[in-house]
Amino acid sequence: MTDRPAHRAPAFPAGTFRPDPAPAGRGRMLAAAAGLELRITSRNGEQLLLAVVIPVAALLLLSLTRIVSLPDPRVSAVVPGVLTLAVLSAGFTSQAITTGFDRRYGVLKRLSAAGMGRGLLLSGKVAATSAVVVGQVVVLVAVASALGWRPHGDLLWAVLLLALGVAAFVGLALLLGGVLRAEAVLALANLVWLLLVAVGGVVQPLTAAPAWLRTVGELTPAGALSQGLRAVLQDGHAPGALPVVVLLSWTVLGWAGVVRWFRWQ
Amino acid sequence: MPILGDREPPPARPRAAPTRCTAAVPRGYPVTGVPAAGAGRADAIEVVELRRRYGSVLAVDGLSFSVPRGSTTVLIGPNGAGKTSTIECCEGFAPADGGSVRVLGMDPWREAGRLRPRIGVMLQAGGAQPAARTGEMLRLLARCSARPHDPEWLLDVLGLREVERTPIRRLSGGQAQRLSLATALVGRPELLFLDEPTAGMDPQARGIVRELLSAARTDGVAVLLTTHLLDEAETADQVVIVDEGRVVAQGSPAELTAGASGQLRFRAPAGLDLHPLLSALPLGFRATEPAPGRYLVEGPVDPATAATVASFCARAGVMPSGLDAGGRSLEEVYLDLTGRQLR
Repeated sequence: MTDRPAHRAPAFPAGTFRPDPAPAGRGRMLAAAAGLELRITSRNGEQLLLAVVIPVAALLLLSLTRIVSLPDPRVSAVVPGVLTLAVLSAGFTSQAITTGFDRRYGVLKRLSAAGMGRGLLLSGKVAATSAVVVGQVVVLVAVASALGWRPHGDLLWAVLLLALGVAAFVGLALLLGGVLRAEAVLALANLVWLLLVAVGGVVQPLTAAPAWLRTVGELTPAGALSQGLRAVLQDGHAPGALPVVVLLSWTVLGWAGVVRWFRWQ
Repeated sequence: MPILGDREPPPARPRAAPTRCTAAVPRGYPVTGVPAAGAGRADAIEVVELRRRYGSVLAVDGLSFSVPRGSTTVLIGPNGAGKTSTIECCEGFAPADGGSVRVLGMDPWREAGRLRPRIGVMLQAGGAQPAARTGEMLRLLARCSARPHDPEWLLDVLGLREVERTPIRRLSGGQAQRLSLATALVGRPELLFLDEPTAGMDPQARGIVRELLSAARTDGVAVLLTTHLLDEAETADQVVIVDEGRVVAQGSPAELTAGASGQLRFRAPAGLDLHPLLSALPLGFRATEPAPGRYLVEGPVDPATAATVASFCARAGVMPSGLDAGGRSLEEVYLDLTGRQLR
């Protein structure tokens, strides 16, 4: 609270508004934009539900009950799927919806009016999503460890796959959120989430699926990420070329579309 | 310390001196054609024959005006006249489909990256993230600037301290407008674009905004604003009246409202015989009764004209009222030029 009442006419000494414009450094702008997006995400109940609560609930449910048949130890078969679910939720669905509504409200226009270029705005979104994913991984790994999970394989591969997953999903999210109307983005981002959860090897490994579904699933970004993570974390070997190539392809496709079609308003 | 980065400091505030030509415009209102050649460096904004098309609609149709550095120009016009389209072209949010726009010597569409840090923009739609808090949003935009105004000071000055932690979606219309103005000011811009800055504000807030803009102008900030409030236009250096994408009149408020065409109005009982008045006035005058009881004398009006009218009334045994050689209010000029029907 202030001791200055709102309606008191302020006096402005000469020189108060003397022009002195200068843009801040790029790093500072990026941190500011990503920081605000992170704070808003952390206050948004739906986004938290999607990003943390659902993956943690899935981890607990699939590990502790036998509603889905999985090899033992169950938690080892569950972790790659829930990590995929987490990246899909935060990187794709949340970010697409956020971007769609940012455009609707003119937030991107406002930031670009303040001197934030397109590259900086998009980098801010990637940085914010990456920070969310780091948080998700920390929480999920902690819960999984409490359930007795011990990772196998080269963790560097897991980090690389997760980073590729973020790149692919955020590119696709910005493409969807940067082109369609906010309502259409909301509907489509949720529909795609459901489809990818269904065919992306999130709940059960794709190896358990019929051959045609397995082929389709492995070509989706979620399927590629879950299969890659299963190879590393569950089976303890390198992910093979297919998941990496599929994720790289979606990354290139999504970001090329962003460069070509992304609209500010 | 360089004042404007790579640019020279703004000159002492020049008064608007619009170039004028006497084009065929209703009733001799001043109109600006093409800005004077060589005015580029001196002007903060130079718009020449701007065209902007949305699908089949020509929103801006050959519009020209300029805003000298450190001066305030108001764009007024009916809804859909092309004001916001014009401002968006100046801010670099939309390309010109024809003509040219220079802002601080730059092409705003192609050089947006260099231009934007030097301008302050108040968007009509606000552009704030509704879930963000008031203070949070302002501090974010302050961080886009190397030497911003203190956002805490702006929160105090604009009466936003009490809603500092309120999500923007819960602000009143006037509070949201004040936040939007704060975000436009925070980067110490040399040129401000304000699209209907006082829409939804209560009289107290409007007073503060007026004072603030007047201080900014004194400090050398150029301002281009749109408004529907004609009394706000009256304090500007220059008023540009826009209709159907074109400039219909342009000049200082005094120039626009002066009885430039030489008119004297008065009221008296209806149906006076005006012949004695006409014969008492020198050649070149016209006297008419456009509406019952309202009289209009046109010609090179001077104090003697008023005396002649007064003695004519005395001889006719009537008392004239509302004898007015001044022009009309800006509102009357505006309504005359843009028509009175609703758009």
